[in-house]
Amino acid sequence: MSGHTHNADDRRELQMARSMCWHCQSEMAGEYFCDRCVKVQPVSKDLDYFTCFGLPRRLALDPQALEAKFYELSRAFHPDFYQNKSDAEQTISLDNSAMLNTAYRTLRDPIQRAEYLLDLEAGSVKDIRTTPPADLFEEILELQDTLDEFRTSDRASENAAVLRTKLDADRATLEQRQRDMEAELQQLFSRWDALQDRGEATEPARAERGRILKDMRDILSNRTYVKNIVNDLLATIA
Amino acid sequence: MSRIVGIDLGTTNSLVAYMDHGTPRVISAQNERAMVPSVVSLTDNGLMVGDPAKEHLTRNPERTVYSVKRFMGKSLADVQGELAYFPYTLTEKGGVIRIQLGEKSYSPPQISAMILKELKLRAEAFLGESITKAVITVPAYFNDSQRQATKDAGMIAGLEVLRIINEPTAASLAYGLQKKTQGTIAVYDLGGGTFDISILKLKNGIFEVLATNGDTHLGGDDFDQQIADLFLAEIRTQYGLDLSTHPDNMQAVRLEAERTKIRLSDELKTTASLDLPDGKGRFTRELTRDQLDALSIALVERTLGPCRLALKDSGLAPGDIDEVVLVGGSTRMPLVRQRVQALFGKQPHCELNPDEVVALGAAVQADILSGGTTDMLLLDVTPLSLGIETMGGVMSSLIRRNTTIPASAKEMFTTYVDGQTGVDIHILQGERELAKDNRSLARFRLKVPPLPAGVPRIEVTFLIDANGILNVMAKDMRTGETQSMEVKPSYGLSDQEVERMIEDSFKFAADDVNARKLIEARLDAGALITTTEKSLADGGHLVATGEIEAIRAALSALVTAKDGNDPRAIRARMADIEQAAKGLTVAMLDDSLKQGLQGKKVSDVT
Repeated sequence: MSGHTHNADDRRELQMARSMCWHCQSEMAGEYFCDRCVKVQPVSKDLDYFTCFGLPRRLALDPQALEAKFYELSRAFHPDFYQNKSDAEQTISLDNSAMLNTAYRTLRDPIQRAEYLLDLEAGSVKDIRTTPPADLFEEILELQDTLDEFRTSDRASENAAVLRTKLDADRATLEQRQRDMEAELQQLFSRWDALQDRGEATEPARAERGRILKDMRDILSNRTYVKNIVNDLLATIA
Repeated sequence: MSRIVGIDLGTTNSLVAYMDHGTPRVISAQNERAMVPSVVSLTDNGLMVGDPAKEHLTRNPERTVYSVKRFMGKSLADVQGELAYFPYTLTEKGGVIRIQLGEKSYSPPQISAMILKELKLRAEAFLGESITKAVITVPAYFNDSQRQATKDAGMIAGLEVLRIINEPTAASLAYGLQKKTQGTIAVYDLGGGTFDISILKLKNGIFEVLATNGDTHLGGDDFDQQIADLFLAEIRTQYGLDLSTHPDNMQAVRLEAERTKIRLSDELKTTASLDLPDGKGRFTRELTRDQLDALSIALVERTLGPCRLALKDSGLAPGDIDEVVLVGGSTRMPLVRQRVQALFGKQPHCELNPDEVVALGAAVQADILSGGTTDMLLLDVTPLSLGIETMGGVMSSLIRRNTTIPASAKEMFTTYVDGQTGVDIHILQGERELAKDNRSLARFRLKVPPLPAGVPRIEVTFLIDANGILNVMAKDMRTGETQSMEVKPSYGLSDQEVERMIEDSFKFAADDVNARKLIEARLDAGALITTTEKSLADGGHLVATGEIEAIRAALSALVTAKDGNDPRAIRARMADIEQAAKGLTVAMLDDSLKQGLQGKKVSDVT
């Protein structure tokens, strides 16, 4: 734990650049290591993953560059390189590495990246949908019935074969639906990035920003719902 | 910083290696092979480890422990199915298996510690310095309890275990160092008792594990058992003999099965042969490679499922793998090579000695930790998902399998009843939906100040360190106080137990040193007896009868001393022989020179 308290405003800033070195108490100017005593510095718990990787909050990013940065930071923080150091430095190395690994895992995957950005910009996206999206309501209810029937059916029977064919078709439809949602998300990602690049502080820009975030949230939540249904379906017919 | 060695603590064989100016090398004792059989025997002359212990597998089966790695971090219930195959007696105390050896019982970490000590002694003798730090390898698919048990074994052996690393990733370090490979590799590691598959990306000195999978109960032992079962069934029908009541013969069958399997890696057919008890003579049987393949195919197929899962988890197709590396003695089987080649669609690499490459990689990792190698870095993953039991007995995952380690997750806990002072937390590892189907790692009770329900907020951090071992910390968010907690492992030794075992091991250290001196003295005495007898046969005619009698007397004194327990007495009798046989040695040398130098005397040529 950093032991500091932060208000919401300085959340966005690189905490380390402003704090003191835990070891020599000098004003910190270096990025992850104290300029004066070269000790590794704890990454602030409030540092967001984009900042950690030195990236702007955009949804399109170059995976090669992300990986290169991950490797560079791993070489800086990994506990393997702190075996001969003090206990305090070993603890910092362990915590920083764990944080770095989480950050990389989150940013590497486009969906997790978007969910994380949404969380930063507008609060958690994790409220799990329990009812089907409106445009899929009928289909999903029917699918649930078919699944129930299939589960209780004799797998060798002719009826089961018919149900299986139907379920296969449903799976194809849902997977297509998932791909459509991912395409929609891609468009929203591009719109988000373009808006951020323009950096306008106008009322229409703020409204556009709110719309994009809301649409992203809806599609992400629908996509998760459909994905769970598909997984359930696959597990049942496997 | 003192030297750190790398140790491969294997199911059937163990090795120790060190880094020699940038090149990893295995350490072998004088005139011996580097591999130490992972066998411990309690003989009338004390504890023996390695090759001398292996001789007792058939002579002293109830008191000779092999494949102890299968029991690391396990409860008796976990291994119920295979108990019948082991001639030694297993019991359980506090969720930990105990192995009965004579009067005493030992936990698997204690037995493993005996093997580690032997390796430590070898390294110390070879390097001429005291060794107190080691990197020890474990199967990648080992769970937290099994890793912890391995760490305990190191501590009991007097070693500070600086890192537990996964066998296939260790192998990749040795392979990558030698081959300077870049790209995606699959390491297929089929050892004596365990199977692992790891998929790695190698780039500019970073070894990033993408996914790992495996089976901690599948290896060479299982192939041997298939062959042994066949022999046993045939012996029963042909001779009406049930060898399962003869532990010594059971071991002989198992060892002959292993030898037969090994021969069939090079030959297309071979003949197994066994002495039978009760004057029933000898059982011989021809076995072809095709027959072995038929016995093995189901086991080999069992390795392919984990391979496919690892590919899936890393988001790759078989064609994306640039190189396949084979590790572990069992990958010498032609059937294994064929099936692996068929799955990945490319010829696997087996240039590195599959028995040694894991220990070599451990030495590389040891060198990284001591700051010697700075350009290589291994980023490994946790093989199994970690979670906690939630309402309704369901497991809630906190850290998913194949997450890069170190990895951490936080979870907030509160109370449901006013004044509640504790929250029970049950930590699990595994991929199944229900808590009861997963591995229970530990239970602990979080202390909570008595407050109205829902008010306390305790944040628990689950941290998997670079060893793949779990650490738990709790913090009261209201007071900011951190809480230390007693985590009781579900299947493992408590800290106090480990400490007691370390003390015990010091107590027995004196006995161990003596036992080791005795073993060495006996080996040397055996060699001297053989050469002296040969000299008497070859050159007895060259010296006086009195001299021959003196040598014979000294010989029989040594034979008597060799059966005793005093290494110093053995050494003294050996010196006697050397003294008594001096004349004979000179006469024989003279004689051989005479043959070569046309009758010149030693004094003429020197």
